[in-house]
Amino acid sequence: MKNYTSLQSIQADLHAGYITCRQLVEFYLQNIAEKNTQLNAFLKVFDQEALAKADEIDQKIKTGNAGKLAGMVIGIKDLLCYKDHTSTAGSKILDGFESQFNATAVQRVIDADAIIIGSQNCDEFGMGSTNENSAYGACLNAVGTNRVAGGSSGGSAVAVQADMCLASLGTDTGGSVRMPAGFCGLVGLKPTYTRVSRWGLIAYASSFDCIGPITKSVEDAAILLEIIAGKDEQDSTVSRLEVPQYSAFDTTHKTLKIGYLKEAVESAGLQPEVREATWAKLEALKAAGHVVEAVEFPLIKYFLPTYYILTTAEASSNLSRFDGVKYGHRSNQATDLMSMYKKSRAEGFGKEVKRRIMLGTFVLSASYYDAYYTKAQKVRRLIKDYTDQLLSEYDFLVCPTTPTTAYKIGEKTSDPIQMYLGDLFTVQANVVGLPAISIPNGVDNDGMPIGFQIMGGAFQEKALLSFAKSLY
Amino acid sequence: MNQEIRNKYEVVIGLEVHAQLQTESKIFAADSASFGAAPNTHISPITLGHPGTLPKLNRKAVEYAIKMGFAAGSKISEYQYFDRKNYFYPDLPKGYQITQDKTPICIGGGVKVKLSTGEKVVRFHHIHLEEDAGKSLHAEGLSDSLIDYNRAGTPLIEMVTEPEIKSSEEAAQFMTEVRKLVRYLHICDGNMEEGSLRCDVNISVMPVGSKVFGTKVEIKNMNSIRFIQKAIDYEVVRQIEAVEAGVKIIQETRNFDPSTGRTSGMREKESMNDYRYFPEPDLVPLHISEELLIQVKTQMPALPWELFEKFTKTYGLPDYDAGVLTDSREVAEYFDATCQFTKNYKAASNWIMGTIKSYLNDNHLEIEQLTITPEKLAQLINLVDEGKVSTSTASQQIFPVMVTDTSASPLQIAEAKNLIQQSNTDTLQSLIDEVLAANPAKVKEYKNGKKGLLGMFMGDIMKKSKGSADPKVTTALLQKTLDSL
Repeated sequence: MKNYTSLQSIQADLHAGYITCRQLVEFYLQNIAEKNTQLNAFLKVFDQEALAKADEIDQKIKTGNAGKLAGMVIGIKDLLCYKDHTSTAGSKILDGFESQFNATAVQRVIDADAIIIGSQNCDEFGMGSTNENSAYGACLNAVGTNRVAGGSSGGSAVAVQADMCLASLGTDTGGSVRMPAGFCGLVGLKPTYTRVSRWGLIAYASSFDCIGPITKSVEDAAILLEIIAGKDEQDSTVSRLEVPQYSAFDTTHKTLKIGYLKEAVESAGLQPEVREATWAKLEALKAAGHVVEAVEFPLIKYFLPTYYILTTAEASSNLSRFDGVKYGHRSNQATDLMSMYKKSRAEGFGKEVKRRIMLGTFVLSASYYDAYYTKAQKVRRLIKDYTDQLLSEYDFLVCPTTPTTAYKIGEKTSDPIQMYLGDLFTVQANVVGLPAISIPNGVDNDGMPIGFQIMGGAFQEKALLSFAKSLY
Repeated sequence: MNQEIRNKYEVVIGLEVHAQLQTESKIFAADSASFGAAPNTHISPITLGHPGTLPKLNRKAVEYAIKMGFAAGSKISEYQYFDRKNYFYPDLPKGYQITQDKTPICIGGGVKVKLSTGEKVVRFHHIHLEEDAGKSLHAEGLSDSLIDYNRAGTPLIEMVTEPEIKSSEEAAQFMTEVRKLVRYLHICDGNMEEGSLRCDVNISVMPVGSKVFGTKVEIKNMNSIRFIQKAIDYEVVRQIEAVEAGVKIIQETRNFDPSTGRTSGMREKESMNDYRYFPEPDLVPLHISEELLIQVKTQMPALPWELFEKFTKTYGLPDYDAGVLTDSREVAEYFDATCQFTKNYKAASNWIMGTIKSYLNDNHLEIEQLTITPEKLAQLINLVDEGKVSTSTASQQIFPVMVTDTSASPLQIAEAKNLIQQSNTDTLQSLIDEVLAANPAKVKEYKNGKKGLLGMFMGDIMKKSKGSADPKVTTALLQKTLDSL
């Protein structure tokens, strides 16, 4: 079996009768069997279900009524609810918890005949940039196993990277789809906030969380978004805007105006190979006839503080429901109500999650609310207004996805601030709610992948994907 | 308490009244919001706060809150958002309650209460929408607590008054009026025992004329108007005695024990609760459109005071009657409907407050369950007015049949039972003549002044007519006949 990089080629071979879905699933299961023990990308593998579904879809292909995603073997981040399957959010506190319903995005890929092969490792509740904060162990980068996968959708990225599935559904709150995609040499798309229903996305920070695909090709990202996006009765915040046919790319050549974030591209903290690769990409864009200009974003130093104040505030509230009362982990050391709360949560949550709950509780407390939460909301508005203004002048804003390539395992775990800095370029899209994509942009001297990020205007995914496709 | 000391103090009371809205489903989930189901049977993943769930606002709850706002004359906010109130308690599934902290749906307004000293409007600070919590059950002899989440997510409006209630009487009257109002609006069943209407009492005392409120205590979850009154009376004395004795009043939450009539501190730690309110990111801001306001306005029923006005002015009822009839919307509507078919409004009022009320009481029925339509009642009233039957015949012999026989008209029943009064003077005259002719001696005695014999003659005549003689007409005719002899 060859290593497919797009659904289109798989479907061509399926329809030509060269392969079957069963063979595809067997191929991925074989890879999982060989690699997952080391890489730790999948937390659960649904082998029998996937094979049964494969037979069902092979049958549908024969009768000519297969869905749009027929032939796509997909993994889902364990932060997405999958009915009657465990949904742990990478946390001990949800150990053994089974969801009673499907996330809307999950339901839609199932309805389109995708085959779900397993649930994927991630940083606990999506809090992390390396996948080292998982209660179920770190997930390793398949290019260099002493390197992190990126986070928080690390398992989702490595699973695609190591051909354990064709595509993954991840979630992106501050870069959690784009960053591991960048670290693993894949395409990672974070759609506009509200483009995809959050029903069934286990919340980290509700006003930031987005579900997005991790794929080997821009085409697959487009077709997946096309399937999962759109209005949903279960999520009253989701956009009711019509979903365009993202997979029908706009191929007419246009001269685009592209702004690159000066502070990002010229940052001293940038790994030299990352800088070079980014410059090379910018030069190539110029050579292709586009207008490429540096734009200043003086508010860049507020990206991370704004992000961490608001996301931790929301997280501290979103994670209150994990109290040992109704489901999930309950300490057996508890003697009364208060000790049940304290012990269940102390035992159930990991260090980073506790850190963020405490930070969020602090910024929401009555005496500090205005100084932190209110102020951060105001800054969020300023960043959004300024970004919108730039995007009224430029078609896209670009920068490296991350300042460096994948860290060594354990390199950043002792210093959370260093860890947070890795999110600097990705958080902006979440702070302002805009779509952004990370596409591969070469490798560094160690062969580690470098990511290139493109951010577009609200609900301009079609233009964003078309542009990304022209580059990758 | 010594009245002289009591008079030195002014009591300041504010109420936070929670009314459970009678929507079919919960405020943010499709689960049934009905009361009394087996524990934990109305608990979808949303109600239980399962990971990945999102709230979805029930528009009916919004409409109900607007109705209350209209009835109270509040300003309805055009733009609102929901907030999260964060705290841990086992009956609060998400670890936060979705409520409206900064932008309540209704602002201002109030409710008029009747007091022994006259009328007064108790003003609302605001009314906001929120979700109820589940119920913790601490069963005796059980070391564990049990939780029923059926109530979790039931829609509530919280009506917060200004701190301007001055006595337990005012508080009780206010609650009575609020209960009447929510029932009129059909937004809450007003059942305090089941907790669908309950209130927290904030109470403090201060020297008369003081500008500064005393330290307040809060008595939570009061589910009876009588208890509210008792708790306030107890607290007033307790607080005044404390102040008089120079003891500092602690700001705290107190429990009322109905068996002793006392309140006691809940011995919680004295740290202030910090609810860490912030806007609920899982719901979009709520805009109340002009169309919605108009739509709700058209659904508003006539309110008690409007009906009182109508009953006294248009129908000329005494205040007392109008008061009794407007106590419940259903009774008032029944009366009003009856008045569409008879002009004898006072008789309609008497019937409803008398015969019908005791019939309903005896059979534990509500007026909605009465099988006699207002039109039929009016026919019965008219039958009496036409002199065809007496009031007592109507209520004792026709009414009971009407209750079971819903097809026959009162006239048909009267005819079938041969109850139509003889008011034809020719027939009556011959009966009278017969009776008098049969008793010449008695007639003589009568003429000699034994006027009491009139009753005996009447009795004989009634017997001969088999009870169908109209007593009024017969008496007059008998009198006339005797006088002419």
